[in-house]
Amino acid sequence: MPNGSDPVHDFTTQEYKYGFVTEIDADTIPKGLNEDIIRLISQKKNEPEFMLEWRLKAFRHWRTMTEPRWSNVHYPPIDYQDLHYYSAPKSQTNGPKSLDEVDPELRRTFDKLGIPLEEQKLLAGVAVDAVFDSVSVATTFKEKLSELGIIFCSFSEAVQNHPDLVKKYLGTVVPYTDNFFAALNSAVFSDGSFCYVPKGVRCPMELSTYFRINAAKTGQFERTLLIADEGAYVSYLEGCTAPMRDENQLHAAVVELIALEDAQIKYSTVQNWYPGDKDGKGGIFNFVTKRGACRGARSKISWTQVETGSAITWKYPSCLLLGDDSIGEFYSVALTNNFQQADTGTKMIHVGKNTRSTIVSKGISAGRGQNSYRGLVEIHKEAANARNYTQCDSMLIGEKCGAHTFPFIDVRNTSSQVEHEASTSKIGEDQIFYCQQRGLKAEDAVSMIVNGFCKEVFRELPMEFAVEAQRLLEVSLEGSVG
Amino acid sequence: MLIIRNLHAEAEGKKILQGIDLEVKPGEVHAIMGPNGSGKSTLAQVVAGHDTYDITTGEVLYEGKDLLELSPEERAWEGIFMAFQYPVEIPGVRNTYFLKSALNAIRKARGESELDAMDFLDLAKDKMRLLNMEESLMERAVNEGFSGGEKKRNEILQMAVLDPKLAILDETDSGLDIDALKIVANGVNALRGPNRAIVVVTHYQRLLNYIVPDFVHVLVGGRIVKSGGRELALELEKQGYAGIEKAAAESRL
Amino acid sequence: MNGAEYPSVLKEIIMNEIDRYLISYENFQKTRSEKEPSWIRRIRKDAIERFAHLGFPGPRQEDWRFTRVKPITRTSFERVDGLRSNGLSSGEIARRTFNDAGCHRLAFVDGHYCAELSSQVGSNSGLVIESLADALQRRAALVENHLARYARFEEQAFIALNTAFISDGAFVYVPEDATVVEPIHLVFASSGLPSSTPAIGSATSNLHVDKAGPDAPSTNGNAPRTHPRILIIGEKGSRATIIESYIGLKQDAYFTNPVTEIILGENADVSHYKLQRESDAAYHVAALQANIEKDARFSSASISIGGALVRNDVNVILDGEGVSCALDGLYLGDNRQHVDNHTFIKHAKPNCESFELYKGILDGRSSGVFNGRIYVDPGAQKTDAKQTNNCLLLSDDARINTSPQLEIFADDVKCTHGATVGQLDEAAIFYLRSRGIEENDARHMLIYAFANEVLDRIHLAPVRDRFATDLFEWLSK
Repeated sequence: MPNGSDPVHDFTTQEYKYGFVTEIDADTIPKGLNEDIIRLISQKKNEPEFMLEWRLKAFRHWRTMTEPRWSNVHYPPIDYQDLHYYSAPKSQTNGPKSLDEVDPELRRTFDKLGIPLEEQKLLAGVAVDAVFDSVSVATTFKEKLSELGIIFCSFSEAVQNHPDLVKKYLGTVVPYTDNFFAALNSAVFSDGSFCYVPKGVRCPMELSTYFRINAAKTGQFERTLLIADEGAYVSYLEGCTAPMRDENQLHAAVVELIALEDAQIKYSTVQNWYPGDKDGKGGIFNFVTKRGACRGARSKISWTQVETGSAITWKYPSCLLLGDDSIGEFYSVALTNNFQQADTGTKMIHVGKNTRSTIVSKGISAGRGQNSYRGLVEIHKEAANARNYTQCDSMLIGEKCGAHTFPFIDVRNTSSQVEHEASTSKIGEDQIFYCQQRGLKAEDAVSMIVNGFCKEVFRELPMEFAVEAQRLLEVSLEGSVG
Repeated sequence: MLIIRNLHAEAEGKKILQGIDLEVKPGEVHAIMGPNGSGKSTLAQVVAGHDTYDITTGEVLYEGKDLLELSPEERAWEGIFMAFQYPVEIPGVRNTYFLKSALNAIRKARGESELDAMDFLDLAKDKMRLLNMEESLMERAVNEGFSGGEKKRNEILQMAVLDPKLAILDETDSGLDIDALKIVANGVNALRGPNRAIVVVTHYQRLLNYIVPDFVHVLVGGRIVKSGGRELALELEKQGYAGIEKAAAESRL
Repeated sequence: MNGAEYPSVLKEIIMNEIDRYLISYENFQKTRSEKEPSWIRRIRKDAIERFAHLGFPGPRQEDWRFTRVKPITRTSFERVDGLRSNGLSSGEIARRTFNDAGCHRLAFVDGHYCAELSSQVGSNSGLVIESLADALQRRAALVENHLARYARFEEQAFIALNTAFISDGAFVYVPEDATVVEPIHLVFASSGLPSSTPAIGSATSNLHVDKAGPDAPSTNGNAPRTHPRILIIGEKGSRATIIESYIGLKQDAYFTNPVTEIILGENADVSHYKLQRESDAAYHVAALQANIEKDARFSSASISIGGALVRNDVNVILDGEGVSCALDGLYLGDNRQHVDNHTFIKHAKPNCESFELYKGILDGRSSGVFNGRIYVDPGAQKTDAKQTNNCLLLSDDARINTSPQLEIFADDVKCTHGATVGQLDEAAIFYLRSRGIEENDARHMLIYAFANEVLDRIHLAPVRDRFATDLFEWLSK
C-alpha cells in the first residue's frame, strides 16, 4: 500500500519565519565580563549607585559559582568572556523615546514581527513594551495606564523614575545568589519591563513585552519585575524571537512577580526563540529564572507558557505560596523538534495554610527532540490543608525522540493532599488513520491531535495568543512527521 | 463502482484475506457476513487504506482507479467512507471542529468551496435531527466519553455530513440496543440512493432486518464462500456459521 | 561520593571511616583459606578498591539526597567471625518470620550459615539450595559465571562494600524446566551480640574457611555488621518462590548490608519476597539486582517494617522480549525510622510489561523516600509500564519524599505513573462511625484497606497472613 503504508509523510521544513536580521548601527561594548564591563553597563544606563553596588555584588558571587549540570540537557561549554554584554541601536542610546521618535528601521522590524508600535494598529487592549537587544525601544499606552496609577515602562526608566519601588522589590523573589544564571543576569542585565499595579486596580488591558535578539555574539539578559499591590489584577504576556544564526546565543532572563493580599497575576509566555536548524546548528540557549511570590493572603499567580523555540530551554516558573489561601498555577506546553532540548517544569512551595496549586504540563517530542518535565511540590509543615494536583502528559512523535518526567514531591504534614499523574504515549496511529479516513491530510491530522492534546493549556491563554500558540505549534511540528 | 479481484492480505506474516472477489455497483447494498476472525473487518480496513495490512496479491479498483495507490485521505476525497467498528477518541478536539475540517478538506480536494461555520452548523444540525442526536455531543471532544451508542450514531452522522459514494459500515450494530439500532438503520436507509453504494459488515443478521441488503456474502477463512440474496442471511441465522465453515474447510481439502 | 566534596575538616573523619573498612578488609583477606579460587579474591580486591574510590554516598548525590548514611559511617561496625551460640530455634524463626513448615530453609546467623536451623537443603537432580560458602567450594565454576557480574559494585558504594566481604550467603540454582514446589526461605538473623563474643568452633569448621580471629586489632565488643550475599539462578523454564527474611534478635544497633543477584533465563517464572523485620536500632542497606530474559516472569514484593535506617535498591533489567515484571512494596515507618526505597526498571527490549505498586504508611517522626525510575531504551517499543506510589502520613512530624520518574527513549510505548500523598478520608471515617464503629477502629480499618492492595498481591498465603497480623499489631501499638 504505497501511500498508505506510512500514514504521515515527509514534507519540507518551513523556514523559521522570524529569522531575519535588522541592519542597524549599534552601540556594542567590547566582549568580555569583568567589573569594568559592569561599571560600563551601569554607566551607560546612568544608574544610581545602589544599582551598581547590587550588580557588583552579584558579579562577585557569580564568580564563586559553577554552571549547573544537573538538568537533562547537553550543550558545549559557554565561553562567558567571548560575549558582548550590551548592544543597543545607536538611535536609542538616549533611552526610550516617545512612540513617534522610534527609529523607522526598528519600527519596520517590529512591524515585520507583527508588533506594530503604533497604538491604533495594535491589538485592541494590549500594551506593549518592545525590547530590542539590550534596550527597550518603546512602550505603548503608557499614558493611558498611568491615569489609573499603573506604572508600565522599561526597567531602565523604572530605575530612573521609581527607584524606591525598584529598591524595595528587586531581588526579593529571585536573589542574585539563587543560581548561576540568575547571578549572571543580576550582574549584567540591561533592560526589561517593569510594572506596578496599585491597590485595588484591575489593569484594563493585557500588558506585554516583546523581546527581540538581533545582534550577533551578544547575550540577552533582561529582567522583568511585576508587582500587583493589594487587590490588584494584571495579565501579562511575553513573546520572543531571534534571527537565524549558526552560532548559539545565550539568553538568561529573570522574572520576579510579587502578589500582595488578594492580588492576581496572570503571566503568559509564548517563547519562539530561534530553535536552530534541522541539523541542530545554531539556536538560542534559553536559561531563565522565573518566580512569583504570593505574599498576601488569597493572592494568586498563574503561569502559562508555550515553549516552541530555543535550542535549549531550562526554565522552571515557580510559585512561593506564602500567604494563606494563596493559589499557584502552572500550565505548560513544551515542544521539541529536530535537535531541541527542553528541561522545564515548575516549583510549588506551599508555606501558607490552605494553599492550592495546579500543574498541567504537556510535552511533545518530535524528531530527535528531548523533552523533560522537572517539578517540585514542597508542602511545609505549617502549610496545613495544602492541595496540589499535577498532571504531566507526554506525546512522542517518531522513534528518535525522548520524553522524561522527574517530579519531586516533599510533604511534611498530615492535612495536605498531593496527587501526581503522568503518562507518556505515542501519538495515536489509530487517531491519525481515523482523521485521514474522514479526509484530513496526515499533517493536518497530527496538528489537530497535538492541539487537542494541549487544549487544557491553550484555554488559559488570552484569546489572541491562544490562536498564535496553536499556529506556532503547527509550524514547529512541520517536518516532524514522516 | 468497486471491483475487488483475488485480494490477498496479511498482517505480521499472518494471512488474513486469501482471494477475495467482489463487485459493488452504485445503488446496491451488500452485506458481508462471517464468523469472528473470518477477515470481514480486515476487508473493510483494506478498502479504507489501513496500513497494518500488506497486500500480497490482487487489485482493488474504484471507479476504474487503482485504489491501493491512494492514501487514506485521498480515498476519503474520492468518496469512500468507513464507519469504524471502534470509533477513535481524540481528546481536546471538538466534534464540530473535526467534522467541519474533514468536510472542507474533502470539498477542497474536489474543487468545491469550503463551508463557513454557519452553513456547516445548519447542515450538521439537520443531519443530527435525523439521527436523534443531542446537539451537546457536537461540542464535546471527538468520541471522548461517548457511550457505545453515541459513538456509532456519531459515525453515521459523519457519514451523512460527508455524503460519500461508497460507505462501508464495519460492525456498526455491535454494542447497540434495539432502539439505537433502529435509529442507526434509519439514518443509513435515508442515505440509500441510486448513486451510492453501501457495504454492511456484520456478524449477525439482526441489522439486516432494518437495512435490507440486495446481496449477502459469507466470508470464511479470508474467502467469500457463498453469495446470495437476502434469504442467505436468514438461512445463516437459522443454521449458524458452523455448517458453512465445515463446507468451506472441506472444499479446501 | 569521594571525600573531596566535603569540607576539609570532615574529610579527615570520612577518610577514617573508609580506612576502617580498608583495614577490616586486609584482616579479612588474611583469614581466608589459601585454597580459595583466585577469581573470588580478585573480585573482592576490585570491589574494595572501588569502595575506597567511591567512599560513602553523600547528600549531593542525587540518589542519596534524602538519606543520610552518617549514622552508619560513624559507627564502628565489625564483621563477626564465625557462628556464635544465640539460642535461636527453628520455632523461633517461624515465629519471627512466618509459618514456613515444609519450606526449604537456609538459615544464617550474623552472616554465617547455620546448618542446625536449616532444612531440606543440599542438591538433588540439579537443584541446588545451599550456602554460598559451600557453593564456592563445591561448584566454583557455576558461581564464577554469575557472582558479582550483575550488581554494579563499580558504581554503588554499598554494593562494593558487600562484594569486598563476600564470604557467605545463599546460593539457589534451579535447573532448566524444573519446578521447585515448596518455597525457598532464606533467613538472615542478627544475634545482636557484640563482635567479640566467641564463635562456636566446631559449628563453623566444615562450613567456613574463616579462621577465628579478631577482625580489627584494637576493638572489643563493637556492634556487628554482616554482608550477606545471595545468588539465585533460574534456568530456562524454571519455576520457584523465594523469600528473604531479615530479623533482629536483640534491640541493639547492627548493620546489615545484603546484596541479591537474580538471573532468570527464558520463560522462567520466579516470585521473590523480601521481608525486613530488623530490630528498631538496626541499619539495613540492601540491593537487589535482577536480570530477566525473554518471556520470563518475575515478581518481587518488599515489605519493610523494622530498622532505624533502611535503604532498599531494586534494579531490574528486562533484557529480552515478552518479559513481565511486577514490583510491589509496603513500608511502615514510626518513631524516627527512615525508610528509603529506590527502584529502577530498565526496559531494554521491546514488548515487555512492568507493573509497580509501592505504598507507605508513616507515623511518628518517621520519614520515607520513594524514588522509582522507569527507563525505556531506544528501540524498546511496545513497552507497557505502570508505576504507582501512594503514601499515607499519619503524623504532622512524618515526612515523605516521593519521585516517580519516567525516562523514555522509544515512541511506541504506554507508560504512566502516579503518586499521591494524603491522609485518611474523613468522610469515610465519619461514615464508619455513623454505623457504630469507634473512631480508632475506623481509622485502622481504612489504613488496613490502604495497605491491603499490596498485601493482596502476595500470593503466598502464610506470608500474607503474617503481615496482615503484623499490620494490625503495628496499628494498635
